[in-house]
Amino acid sequence: MKYQEILHRCFRCGYCKLPSSYKDINCPSYLKYRFETYSPGGRMWLLKAWLDEEIKTSPHFAEILYSCAACGNCVEHCVFPKFKADLLNAFVAGREELVDQGAIPGIVSDYFKAIQLYGNPYKLPEEKRDAWAEGIGVPCYTNEEFLLYIGCPGSFDERGQKMARAVASLLAKFEVSFGILGKEEHCDGNEVKILGESGLFEVLARNNIEQFRKKGVKKVVTLSPHAYHAMRNEYPKYGAEFEVFHYTHLLARFMDKGDLLHGNSRIKVTFHDPCYLGRHNADYYTPRTILNAVPGIELVEMDRNKGDALCCGGGGGNFFTDILGSGTESSSRVRIREAIEVGADILAVACPKCAKMFEDAIKAEDQEDKIKVRDIAEIILDERL
Amino acid sequence: MEKIYQELKKIVGDQYVSNQPEERFFYSRDGGTTEPCFPDFIVMPGSTEEVQKIVLLANERKIPITPMGAALVLSGLSRPLRGGIVVDMKRMDRILEVNEFSRFAVVEAGTSEGKLQAYLKKHHPSLKHSVPDAPPMATIGGNILIHGSGHLSALGGFHTEMLNGLEAVLPTGEIVRIGSCSVSPYWFSRAPLPDLAGLFLGWAGTTGIATKIAIKLYPDRPLNDIDIFVMEDADSVPDVIRRLSGTAVAEDITAIMTPVPEWASGFQMINVIYGAESKREQVLKRDLLRESVKKYIKDKVGGFMPLYSDMKGRFMEAPASQLVRFADVKKGGGFEYVGAIMPIEVFPDAYRKGLEIAERNGVTYSTGARIIGLGHTMMFFYAYAFNRADPIDVKKAQKALEETNEAALTIGGIPWKAEVPAQQGIIRRMDPNTFKLMGRIRQTLDPNGIMNPGNWEVPS
Ligand SMILES: Cc1cc2nc3c(=O)[nH]c(=O)nc-3n(C[C@H](O)[C@H](O)[C@H](O)COP(=O)(O)OP(=O)(O)OC[C@H]3O[C@@H](n4cnc5c(N)ncnc54)[C@H](O)[C@@H]3O)c2cc1C
Ligand code: SF4
Ligand code: SF4
Repeated sequence: MKYQEILHRCFRCGYCKLPSSYKDINCPSYLKYRFETYSPGGRMWLLKAWLDEEIKTSPHFAEILYSCAACGNCVEHCVFPKFKADLLNAFVAGREELVDQGAIPGIVSDYFKAIQLYGNPYKLPEEKRDAWAEGIGVPCYTNEEFLLYIGCPGSFDERGQKMARAVASLLAKFEVSFGILGKEEHCDGNEVKILGESGLFEVLARNNIEQFRKKGVKKVVTLSPHAYHAMRNEYPKYGAEFEVFHYTHLLARFMDKGDLLHGNSRIKVTFHDPCYLGRHNADYYTPRTILNAVPGIELVEMDRNKGDALCCGGGGGNFFTDILGSGTESSSRVRIREAIEVGADILAVACPKCAKMFEDAIKAEDQEDKIKVRDIAEIILDERL
Repeated sequence: MEKIYQELKKIVGDQYVSNQPEERFFYSRDGGTTEPCFPDFIVMPGSTEEVQKIVLLANERKIPITPMGAALVLSGLSRPLRGGIVVDMKRMDRILEVNEFSRFAVVEAGTSEGKLQAYLKKHHPSLKHSVPDAPPMATIGGNILIHGSGHLSALGGFHTEMLNGLEAVLPTGEIVRIGSCSVSPYWFSRAPLPDLAGLFLGWAGTTGIATKIAIKLYPDRPLNDIDIFVMEDADSVPDVIRRLSGTAVAEDITAIMTPVPEWASGFQMINVIYGAESKREQVLKRDLLRESVKKYIKDKVGGFMPLYSDMKGRFMEAPASQLVRFADVKKGGGFEYVGAIMPIEVFPDAYRKGLEIAERNGVTYSTGARIIGLGHTMMFFYAYAFNRADPIDVKKAQKALEETNEAALTIGGIPWKAEVPAQQGIIRRMDPNTFKLMGRIRQTLDPNGIMNPGNWEVPS
């Protein structure tokens, strides 16, 4: 197994379970299950035991590996600088081994099958990929400066579609030169990779790279931080040469143009850092720069912010597989309570998965009157234009 | 077994009990060198009542129970030596009360040190508790019950001395309250009642399960500083420590002796941390410390190390995260230490014995001490790193640890949080009537012998 040489170096000290303040548990799967086995250290020790044949492949072992939300909190907070960067890589390598052995949970297998058969996890026809753009007149990519890449949740999930419309509309209002692939767009594969199907990921990545190359794409702007991460950090390994941006990077360019934004009603907003923009790509400032520039917004921070943010629980494939599941101790619900604690009217997000996870969590917490989830583009579009 | 499993599920809910190989593997060991002992079940109660029901069930079925916090003692004390149920206490992590005026906090026993630390910082920034250098997941219960020590131990002694009271489930299932909370709504003190807390302190979970803990809090001063006195002559260290601690200025005094970096080998670095309300107080305290060891500075035996302010933060970090990194010096993921409680006067002997054992066994070592009270005693530690992936290296560290426990006893100290062989070394030297009394107490409290059996016993 890749990274097996670091497994025995975990001291099971547990720093990786926490944020830097030590306030509370910050690993979503440990928070939910509370057995040490579901913590980062637990996974390290179990993987070693598994390779040493001290424990066998089992559905329970697979559940433990697949309940990791790939949030990167452990990578951020493990106190061993010489191997911490590879903790999550080791967990993914463990999943890859399970894929090879055919021992993955049924729901993960369904996910891969759906990607193979339909091209998306929603099992919907690919021709519907542009349904989100209906009626808002978004141009198909020809030779514009940016290709706006939407991805599966933005294309097929109702909440994601709403966000995709907001982002596209806003970019149009700011007169950004961009186009979309519409029906021709394909899955970016980030979740495929993190779920352990590196072969399928490579195919998806290469196809996208080839398609972008043929179309002469030089700059891609993504709706989702997950796609941003895959295209920025993984695609170059397969020859990608285009520049990659998250949509907040583009919005930030317009924030000094004060005359574009109007309205002064006070709104208290707290920002939830998406793991793939924040911890995985160390960008904590772009979203805050935008929110701070919007008139009338009071930006308040939750205790756990930036590198300490508590993941929504939708990463690592869990958005689709739901292996992490719901319940009062699910991280999305804990996070909602945290946002309410700081008195925010709006929980601002910058990821379609976070948007959906938190909207569901607000309903489960019965707090729809107290707080709303809005993507950054939606906040600007609905409140300040 | 299946029936017990179903009954445990009824008590804590399906989600919080396991008999699966994965959990049984992980909970059979800790990060140290001791051999694994497999539990049959791992259970995570969420309330005192659930703990009580688990204990009653264990009594009825005569199944051993081992309480566990974060299993960070490293000496294997939360391994279930005779199998049975491991009770992971970390779901009981609520902070129940902070009394700012009388300076105490009441927490559930599974509350982590880190959680209380962060809570106080946010909600009661004028107060702090004595944070051990254990990783922040360590539980308040686990730490107090083993006579832990920490960043306020020069000021307040062992953490057991900071204990105001507790709630515990006895091995027969009764819930008891110890200290003022047994009489009054305030958890303010153990005095003036007969001090029953001793029934639970230092017993390695063999006399009951603590469910709530009240501990003393201390002022968190706005100004904090560190002075490091460096010297090479181990024989003078006891007197230097006696003088520095005698000023009653320090919150924490630790000594560190480590062979790496190479230039530091052979040095004794005595770190003195103190807080102050004002600049004037800070200067006065610094002067008092300097004055106390003037003689040694004048004789050029030692001196205070120049420190830049950004370096100071690292030395004052609580808990000191660099300590755990010792586990990776051999890229091996492990270290274990003998912590021995000793009088300060045996420091030179303790230091030399440690070096000798480490060199003889060819183990990578680090040694040091934390001073308890005004130099009243110290916890002297000998840490040995090992490569977990190399069984021979693990055995080497194990042997060095065993020899160190023996050496600590020979020079008049007592191994702390002692693993089973060290417990037996202590018992061999203990006044027989004391050990008999321990046995009688256990027999009375735990007639079925279910609580963490195998600890504090003579091998049969
Ligand atoms: C790097 C490092 C540094 C350390 N530095 C310090 C230090 O500065 N000061 C210090 O004091 N310690 C230190 N330790 C030792 C140890 O980690 C701590 O004392 C820690 O607080 C123990 O708590 P725990 O929750 O891990 O207890 P565990 O190891 O889980 O348990 C300790 C013992 O208490 C029993 N127990 C646990 N909870 C209960 C309960 N609720 N009721 C009854 N019995 C219970 C267990 O059965 C076991 O016998 C250090 C350890 C490491 C690894
Ligand atoms: S992953 Fe790092 S921080 Fe977490 S338990 Fe292992 S060594 Fe400690
Ligand atoms: S990546 Fe996140 S969910 Fe996965 S083990 Fe690390 S902290 Fe836990």
